[in-house]
Amino acid sequence: MANTVTVGIADLNVVRAPDTLVTYALGSCVGICLYDAEKKIAGLAHIMLPLSKDAAQGIDNKRRYADTGIAELIQKMTMMGANKARLTAKIAGGAQMFNASSAVFNIGERNVEAVKKVLASYRIRILAEETGANFGRTQYFHGETGIMEIRAATRPTKMY
Amino acid sequence: MIKNIEQLQDMHLDVLKELGSIGSGNAASALSEVLQCNTDIAVPAVKVLDFSDAVNFLGGPENIAIGMLINMSGDITGMMLYVLQHSFASKMTKALFGSEIENLLEMNDMEKSFISEVGNIMGGSYINAIAALTGMTIDISVPVMTVDMVGAILSVPVIEFAQVGNKALFIDDSFKIDGGEIRSNMILVPEMESLETLFTRLGVSV
Repeated sequence: MANTVTVGIADLNVVRAPDTLVTYALGSCVGICLYDAEKKIAGLAHIMLPLSKDAAQGIDNKRRYADTGIAELIQKMTMMGANKARLTAKIAGGAQMFNASSAVFNIGERNVEAVKKVLASYRIRILAEETGANFGRTQYFHGETGIMEIRAATRPTKMY
Repeated sequence: MIKNIEQLQDMHLDVLKELGSIGSGNAASALSEVLQCNTDIAVPAVKVLDFSDAVNFLGGPENIAIGMLINMSGDITGMMLYVLQHSFASKMTKALFGSEIENLLEMNDMEKSFISEVGNIMGGSYINAIAALTGMTIDISVPVMTVDMVGAILSVPVIEFAQVGNKALFIDDSFKIDGGEIRSNMILVPEMESLETLFTRLGVSV
């Protein structure tokens, strides 16, 4: 029996095939799916903010930030037997939900940039992304296939 | 000094609740004028909620709702987010145009601009009530509106909260329009310094 494991905001989780991960309603946040295709180990982190070093008042939850969140996800996956060198990534989210210009409204874009930078620092390739625009996304990540499935309110479901 | 919303004491919450009541009352009478019908409001529930509780309260992360974001500046800086459910929007258009909204995602431009105006009027009357009571100058921006999943809409103030804690001020308003009950929810993310200013103005120790 395959289970579906939910990942909350500023949280992460890892499953093995045939299980699926899901994180609901990504807005400006970014969902990062990492996959070891050989071991069929899938991980998903739902980050809210770019880099932990920019945190105003200390870091109380490492899973909030792109850098510390991805680091923890990789660690968790390798502990379950994934090979770091084999990991590939698929990312989604980073939308600008409200059409206005200010630093906080632009957070989605900054999140995506930070995620890409962090993944590059680990030499993890991004195989697919669906980021930006102005709508929310629910992201499924299938452990069996490594397929990322994106559902949105007004558009058809897409498979990556 | 108050560093985050979680540090607020009952006394502070009572003050916010009172301000919420006055603001909601003002908003309800503004609404009556727009709709030209009787609008009553119950005492609003003011809560301090976790993000995930707020999302669940609003029907779950994938529930489709209207989000209206208003920026506050002046003596109080911060953000207010109005979340209106389908039933609310539908009762509004029914009262004004005589037709309900079948699907929030398929509102026409006239319905959208009307709902946005309702948000503008209600947000304005809310803030005006607080400004008048405290003698503060608070400017608000024209609301920006989106219709999408509640979880995605709330991610905007949540990221803003991230600097001040995991919790937000959540005001649950219940209106009666011509006998039918509708609810609107407001999420307030004031900057902590502004909250201190507010309490000091009202003579509440911080």
